[in-house]
Amino acid sequence: MNDKQEMYYKVRDFICKVTRKQELKDDDDIFEGGIINSLFAMQLVLFLEKQFNIRINGTELKRDNFKNINTIVKFLEEKQSKL
Amino acid sequence: MKTERNKMDKVDIKKEQKIKCVVWDLDQTIWHGILSEDENVMVNNLAKATIIELDNRGILQSIASKNNAVEAMKKLKQLDLDKYFIYPQINWGPKYKSIENISKLINIGLDTIAFIDDQEFELDEVKFNFPEVMDINSKDLANLLMKEEFIPRFYTKDSQRRREMYQSDIKRKQDEEKFSGSQYDFLKTLNMEVEIFPAEIEDLNRVEELTMRTSQLNSTGYIYTYEELCNFINNINYKLLIVNLRDCYGDYGRIGIVLIELRKHEWYIKLFLLSCRVMTRGIGGIVLNYIKELSQKSGVKLYAEFRETEKNRMMFTTLMFNGFSKAEGLNDNYLVCDNLSTEAVPSYISLKCVE
Repeated sequence: MNDKQEMYYKVRDFICKVTRKQELKDDDDIFEGGIINSLFAMQLVLFLEKQFNIRINGTELKRDNFKNINTIVKFLEEKQSKL
Repeated sequence: MKTERNKMDKVDIKKEQKIKCVVWDLDQTIWHGILSEDENVMVNNLAKATIIELDNRGILQSIASKNNAVEAMKKLKQLDLDKYFIYPQINWGPKYKSIENISKLINIGLDTIAFIDDQEFELDEVKFNFPEVMDINSKDLANLLMKEEFIPRFYTKDSQRRREMYQSDIKRKQDEEKFSGSQYDFLKTLNMEVEIFPAEIEDLNRVEELTMRTSQLNSTGYIYTYEELCNFINNINYKLLIVNLRDCYGDYGRIGIVLIELRKHEWYIKLFLLSCRVMTRGIGGIVLNYIKELSQKSGVKLYAEFRETEKNRMMFTTLMFNGFSKAEGLNDNYLVCDNLSTEAVPSYISLKCVE
């Protein structure tokens, strides 16, 4: 499994576990209908920071980056390529 | 943009340490005698009266007793006292462990807990492990209600119902854990009713209480005095809004506040806070949505003041995920909302707003 795949599965596992949605599709809005669960949003940010050893700064913290599994993985890739 | 704050904005109120939860022993404290030796133990009437009055004052109560849990709860029910206690810890482990559990379960500091027992060694053991816990010998029960630590700064409707609110929270959490569907599917079962309305004089004590109790979902951490809050209500340049939440388990009461400074072309959210009890309910977005709607109607640009503290990154995330952002040239303590278009409130939440 390459790095990208591993990243994908880690993100997916975390989100499915917290939202308790096993059948979540990669482009399903994880904040269903834009209802932001503050705790989940914070948990997601903290998880990504810890798991991938990054610091997500104020300008990156927007919903477009965290809408679905695809956008999160894309965001992580871009973030890591800048390291 | 004004960068300096008025003197009025912030006043340091030294938080007097008040007791939020009283943890009771049972044998020789709530009743005379020892239950395992005599199943007909008689209630200690002074203890009973104290329990009822503490409950009335909005102080939570729990139990740390070495006893058989089933028998002890049965006895409390017989004495009509069982309903007053949340998270009772009746087991054979050390009592400081029980007190630690209670503090975690209720999510309050050990320094806001008082422990009542008739046995010196139990009091000493707790004192040794947690010196911050206030210890009280059962024989000193008579003057407990007169002590400063047990007299709330004020009585609000919400503080009087605090125990019931915790009890419905416990039920809610249990059901949520048992629920087999997704997080969002659970929300759909709750029949949430959100109300947003301008604060009135009788809300102000609760507003003050919330500003002091809320740290995670708090955009600036400003604490305002009762008098300052009164001024906001009467000043047409400010809007002070209250958020109330109710669901099928009961009333959460007033769980949020928004203070907005209204200028001619710009609105500034000076304070936005939500009780941490509702942080999984998506209320933040609904409230911000409503404010966006109002500012769009008034044709103004919307800003939110944000002051980072050690604990409020969750509020930052909430604001950012709901369309606020940092902007170049904008003071570091402010976020701007560039897009005032709003999203429809989901069908499973009823929203009532009073302008």
